[in-house]
Amino acid sequence: MHELGITRNIVSIVADAAGSNPVARVSVKIGEFSAVLPDALHFCFDSCTRGTVLENARLEIINVPGRLACSDCGIEFGSSTPFGRCQCGSRNLRCVAGDELLVHEMELQ
Amino acid sequence: MCTVCGCSEGAETQLDGKSLKHTHSHDHSHEHGHSHDHLHSHETGDKTVALEQAILSKNDRIASDNRRWFDKLGIVCLNLLSSPGSGKTTLLEKTLKQLSGPCCVVEGDQATENDAQRIRATGALAVQINTGTGCHLEADMLHAGIHELEPEPGSVVFVENVGNLVCPALFDLGENKRVVVLSVTEGEDKPLKYPHMFHKADLVVLNKVDLLPHLDFDLQACLGYVREVNPNCRILQLSAKTGEGMQAWLEWLEAERPELAVSA
Repeated sequence: MHELGITRNIVSIVADAAGSNPVARVSVKIGEFSAVLPDALHFCFDSCTRGTVLENARLEIINVPGRLACSDCGIEFGSSTPFGRCQCGSRNLRCVAGDELLVHEMELQ
Repeated sequence: MCTVCGCSEGAETQLDGKSLKHTHSHDHSHEHGHSHDHLHSHETGDKTVALEQAILSKNDRIASDNRRWFDKLGIVCLNLLSSPGSGKTTLLEKTLKQLSGPCCVVEGDQATENDAQRIRATGALAVQINTGTGCHLEADMLHAGIHELEPEPGSVVFVENVGNLVCPALFDLGENKRVVVLSVTEGEDKPLKYPHMFHKADLVVLNKVDLLPHLDFDLQACLGYVREVNPNCRILQLSAKTGEGMQAWLEWLEAERPELAVSA
């Protein structure tokens, strides 16, 4: 259940940036390989924002699909895991997208 | 107490029984000022403010500081990860008795100083970090631990992470290499069940192989599962208890020390 701690980090980053301005919306990017559950973030968000400038803010989660590139044949393909096998047979893969854990933007009230 | 892992809320991280205030991360608090700058410099609309900041940026910043410090002093830091009971502490006890050169250990557990006491009994320096209900070590805890130990240049610093195959995978401590220990009593399919942990390993140590004749553990299947999630990592099979396979582990450690010291 590291999502509660992840949510606290999100709140801390946004509260620092917002100063005393109330926040209406927070947008985060969560990659498919990041081992963070979006539903659990939503679950934690309300309790973590209580008494902060983020109270009543809406959490928007942008799910970033996983994408790997084959280091041998160069092809790119979608994947739900950060490992796998390319159609050329190679397991020599690198992550192109999907490991994101980012606070993307906030919208002030 | 811990702002990164929610499960440590209400508990206090302790270092050798003393409260571990996150003073080092507070030292970096000036960097929060940058996010205030972003409020003005990256505004994309009237009320929308672009941030694009890594959620774990605070931990990652401290991890980078740790790694820079290790590099500067030619220190090799190895993060040992596994489920509870895989034999990490026994492996370290046996290793410290046989490995030449300066070594020290940062022990991470929810509670007790048992492991640090076992390590100190070998004559090596050790510091115990208790995470309370926290399920993993974070970069600031390692930072505090190495300040306490003050390892000399050229040391091998072993970090024994909290026994857990899930959360510790997510947190960079600033280590040079990740060593995942799997014991044969745990079942051969753990690499598939906890792929994030094994995917990020530089070395997988398969421990307790002396028990193989008594178990239904499918060794070849296990090696295949490790390869499936991590085709390039090295795999060593050993028994810390009997000493079987220990030589290859010691040689791997010796090879890591100069290689990393040179890269500094």
